[in-house]
Amino acid sequence: MTATMIGWVEICRLDDIVPRGARVVPAAKGEIAIFRCSDDSVFALHNRCPHKQGPLSEGIVHGHHVACPLHSWVIDLESGEAVAPDIGCAPKLPVKVIEGAVWLKIAQA
Amino acid sequence: MSSEPLSARERLVVIGNGMAGMRTVEELLKLDPSRYSITVFGAEPYVNYDRIMLSSVLAGEKTVDDITINSLAWYETNAITLYTGDPVVAIDARARTVTAQSGIIVSYDRLLIATGSKPIVPPIPGLNLPGVCAFRDIRDVDTMVDAAATYQRAVVIGGGLLGLEAAWGLKRRGMAVAVVHLMPTLMERQLDEAAGRLLQRDLTERGIAFFTNGQTEEVTGTDRVTGIRLADGREAPADLVVVAIGIRPETELARTAGLEVNRGIVVGDNLCTSDPDIYAVGECAEHRGQVVGLVAPIWDMAKVCAHHLAGGGELAYSPQTTATRLKITGIDVFSAGQLAGGEDEDEVVLRDARRGTYRKLVLRDRKLVGAVLYGDVADGNWYFELIRRGADIGDFADRMILGQAAAQGSAGPVKLDTKSMPDDAQICGCNGVCKGTIVETITTKGLTSYEAVKAHTKASASCGTCAPLVRQVLADTLGVDVDGPTIPTVCKCTGYTHEEVRAQILNQGLKTQAAVRAAMAWKTPDGCAACRPALNYYLLCAWPGEYVDDNQSRFINERVHANIQKDGTYSVIPRLWGGTAKPEELAVIAAVAQDYNVAEVKITGGQRLGIYGIKKQDLPAVWARLTAAGLVSGHAYAKGLRTVKTCVGLEWCRFGTQDSTSLGKQLERLTWGTWTPHKFKMGVSGCPRNCAESSIKDLGVICVESGFDLLIGGNGGTELRGTDKLCHVATEAEVLEYCAAFMQLYREEARYLDRTAPYVERVGIAYIRQRVVEDADGRRALQRRFLHAQSFLQDDPWAERANHGVDAKEYQPLPALSAGR
Repeated sequence: MTATMIGWVEICRLDDIVPRGARVVPAAKGEIAIFRCSDDSVFALHNRCPHKQGPLSEGIVHGHHVACPLHSWVIDLESGEAVAPDIGCAPKLPVKVIEGAVWLKIAQA
Repeated sequence: MSSEPLSARERLVVIGNGMAGMRTVEELLKLDPSRYSITVFGAEPYVNYDRIMLSSVLAGEKTVDDITINSLAWYETNAITLYTGDPVVAIDARARTVTAQSGIIVSYDRLLIATGSKPIVPPIPGLNLPGVCAFRDIRDVDTMVDAAATYQRAVVIGGGLLGLEAAWGLKRRGMAVAVVHLMPTLMERQLDEAAGRLLQRDLTERGIAFFTNGQTEEVTGTDRVTGIRLADGREAPADLVVVAIGIRPETELARTAGLEVNRGIVVGDNLCTSDPDIYAVGECAEHRGQVVGLVAPIWDMAKVCAHHLAGGGELAYSPQTTATRLKITGIDVFSAGQLAGGEDEDEVVLRDARRGTYRKLVLRDRKLVGAVLYGDVADGNWYFELIRRGADIGDFADRMILGQAAAQGSAGPVKLDTKSMPDDAQICGCNGVCKGTIVETITTKGLTSYEAVKAHTKASASCGTCAPLVRQVLADTLGVDVDGPTIPTVCKCTGYTHEEVRAQILNQGLKTQAAVRAAMAWKTPDGCAACRPALNYYLLCAWPGEYVDDNQSRFINERVHANIQKDGTYSVIPRLWGGTAKPEELAVIAAVAQDYNVAEVKITGGQRLGIYGIKKQDLPAVWARLTAAGLVSGHAYAKGLRTVKTCVGLEWCRFGTQDSTSLGKQLERLTWGTWTPHKFKMGVSGCPRNCAESSIKDLGVICVESGFDLLIGGNGGTELRGTDKLCHVATEAEVLEYCAAFMQLYREEARYLDRTAPYVERVGIAYIRQRVVEDADGRRALQRRFLHAQSFLQDDPWAERANHGVDAKEYQPLPALSAGR
């Protein structure tokens, strides 16, 4: 696999993200949060809680969920949806890990 | 009590002062207290105790006193002659006498043999070495406890119920423990293979080593045991070897006396032996080819035997299905009835690898005939009841594997449904107590407490696992709302309370979050945003200097040592000791504010200066500037010491009685850097006018002419609470000592996220006075523990991050995506 995957961009190594943590990718349309869970699965969401736009990247990552640092809404990383009873969604972006590198899809195919 | 004079009574002699014998005597006294003059011989030098609970004594959860069933006073009250430490050595059935080791000869009209059983001793060399024991009586437990205090390594031979409880107890006492088991899986008589493997996995995680398929060939050593060797050549070193491979009925006396004996002393349905004047109960008896080793059928035997001894002729003993539970804290195992299905049975299995639970049901002809549960045993009683009653399960057979709630259609979390139980539903398996009996006893005796119900009915008095059911029946009967105030659990990941979790961390020596979650059967693999910070704090408090703080389990403010603001920027608040600042410190704060375009600097409520609106990636650089000028973190973000607010005091104020500013600084120097269950604020006022608002602080000091009034438990937040006065002390040194002690007590006992106000309300000011004021030794011990913890905590987190690169990645964003994306 090389950096020529169309529409995908290598953003960091998996090791650059602490397990149960997140890093932020600045972008013109707003920050993107890249999460790494304890099982090493990686998710990418727009870094804005649907509630009060809190930076989700700063929340506590547990299972495949993150708790927003501002008011503790819990967001499902697999879907970007808030966990009931809260309603809302932080849009999700395609992301994958290939040979230890984290790739983010930034253009619609 | 209409009583015959003792001399006119028939003479009953009981051989064996154990649970079976004394239970029979208790039942007999209930039926006819004045029929017999009773003499009891016991081989052990103790009164009657609960042998089931020896595991708990070994594990350090109970003392020998706790497990006494009948005290000496009980024997006296009931005019029972008791010979302890004096085993009977011969029965003369023709002369109707027994002879004890001491030479005493006692005649009987009726004889009851309750000699129990003895440990099976395998035919291997070395078993007579010092350091080898069984696990049968108090003396064995003493041997093990002594060994655990002196030696390191133990080997337990036998991976059944008793062996595993012995292994766990020794582990709890700090020994390295290995278990040798002849079979491929543990507890194979009570568990199927799958559950046995889960059990082995969980015990391995708790540090117990296993040698399965292991046949011990030799116990090695010359003056004392040094290890064991297995037939296949494997070896294990040991300073203590516990042999727990099973028990065998103690029948020697009966055999010599000419009674009919097979494996046990043969008894009929009336518990009478081949001699019409001699009865036998308990583990020494054999009924229809079966010997028993569990307490429930023994209580049935006691009841039937007492009935016949009292002259009754109706009751017949018939064996019941029994259920087994393992007494290892945090490991829940339940089994009852048939373990595996044959040709006529169906097996239904539910395995949840994530939760680490397993359950198997064995069904035959619309009936449940067996159940094995591992990890979640809440439905054990329900299944047991269905097995015992032979209930028709046709209507919900397909759902019953999911438990009572799912099968019977009630929604929500599983509750103990005792209301819908029939009166003859058995609540306490050990003591054979039905729901109806408990309800009737509560009503007729007007009982209102669980302890009283336990005392009167014996329900939950043996192994104790049915205690929640007994409490529920009490609540139902009294009409008390059990959904009312209850002790909160840590979070939805667990059914355990904060107190239970903290106790287990200490008792089981759990030193990582993963160990806590594994040992206490957490429902989630890595917790949630509520329990992770709590566990992190509890472990940090329990194991100072040893537990490694888990940054990813901290709320953002504590993770980055700054306060997140609503726009995602951070505030930076350096510590101004006692609210004082040097000009050069003010200058650097001003310079940082200018250089980072900070709109304004605010004097905080804690009399410090806050710089607001700093971007996360700028934090390390800001801290570098501040630390270079000698400023340190003010921990304005921490569940820890915040500020010590002071007034100017004696130095300037015309009312001041003491140097409150200096004392405030001393308190701040003592306590900064500590982590506490919630934030902790202090105040020191130089006189009772209280300008530092000491009366709404977690710990406040009011200076007076004669010394210092100490106040605790105040809160100026959403729920305003004035302090309680703890005490008056004379010197500044005492203020510091009492402060450290109170903070440590709060650290060790409050629930995570409880301020001192709810903590003080929960335990009461009297309790805190007792711990901190009245118990001087205890106070100094608390102070020592506080200072010990502080020796690891007083490092400035800003300097570590600004100058030593700690958590560098946390503050750096990744490279930006190119423009337009």
